[in-house]
Amino acid sequence: MWRYLLPLVAFIVLVVFLSVGLSLDPKKIPSPLIGKPAPTFSLPDLHDAEKIVSPESMKGQVWVLNVWASWCVSCRAEHSILNELVRSNKDIKLVGLNYKDTLWKGRSWLQQRGNPYYANAFDKEGRVGIDWGVYGVPETFVIDAEGYVRYKHTGPLNWQSVQQELLPILKELSTKKQVGAKYENHI
Amino acid sequence: MKIISKFISKFIFVLFLSFSSVVISGVEVHEFSNKEDEQQFKTLINELRCLVCQNQNLADSNAELAQDLRKEVYQMIKSGQSSDEIVAFMVARYGDFVLYKPPFKAQTYILWIGPFVFLLLAVVFLFVFIKNKKTDKEKEMTDEEKQRAKLLIESISSEKD
Repeated sequence: MWRYLLPLVAFIVLVVFLSVGLSLDPKKIPSPLIGKPAPTFSLPDLHDAEKIVSPESMKGQVWVLNVWASWCVSCRAEHSILNELVRSNKDIKLVGLNYKDTLWKGRSWLQQRGNPYYANAFDKEGRVGIDWGVYGVPETFVIDAEGYVRYKHTGPLNWQSVQQELLPILKELSTKKQVGAKYENHI
Repeated sequence: MKIISKFISKFIFVLFLSFSSVVISGVEVHEFSNKEDEQQFKTLINELRCLVCQNQNLADSNAELAQDLRKEVYQMIKSGQSSDEIVAFMVARYGDFVLYKPPFKAQTYILWIGPFVFLLLAVVFLFVFIKNKKTDKEKEMTDEEKQRAKLLIESISSEKD
């Protein structure tokens, strides 16, 4: 009896492992930044070189950092979603990180497609992108009022990820702004 | 003919000499003041993984991010940072995924110990299997079987008569 059952059981276990392995997305790499303080930067604003954009200036409020570039094809699809997101949720502070772009191209992109951003940090060399572990533009981070990174989405946002992940996290973070250690285990 | 091939091999040798302290990866050229730094750079970009084309290391990849990270590694070496510091820098930003050789920690125990556990299981299994085979052969006949054998022999011998 066992002689026949054992290989069958082994086979089923193997099939389960392989099917789980196939359903995982290898492009989704967990960010080590989750639960850590947001990497600091101090970059000129895309529209005004005199103005400095930095995570410090956002302290005390929940905000979203969206990494984008005019050369990034999938950012196009995402952009209309960002426009709509900010239009229907006026209290969202969306900060852009214009990654490895040129001033002119970045500006004209926003002029053509609308500007949902509260501010836009201009990261010409992509050095800040490295500090944030950016590897596949667009990427979206959520930073809480204490300045800790709470969420990361790699790749373009779609309505599903906005409704099921981004909005619930933003809601949760802004309702309890005194985040601290309690939330730490939650992630 | 011989002279020409000798000349070519000499030429190639000189060519290699002239590149000795320069590493060319992709299209950029990195110059090093000493051999140790150059070796450190080569080792690091071979150990670190490119996150865009995930099955290539930084040395092989031509992705823009890989170029940026090579530049970063190069500058960190130039400023005198150790390999451990550079690896820690990368892990803090991109996670353990950047390492081709994952660290030994709670999350990766199965990865590191798993194969040995399977080997042990296989050896135990094989041992039990072989032992069972042996006892099969050496098994003594039961009384019932002896009885049947006896009857068979008797019937054959009675036929002969």
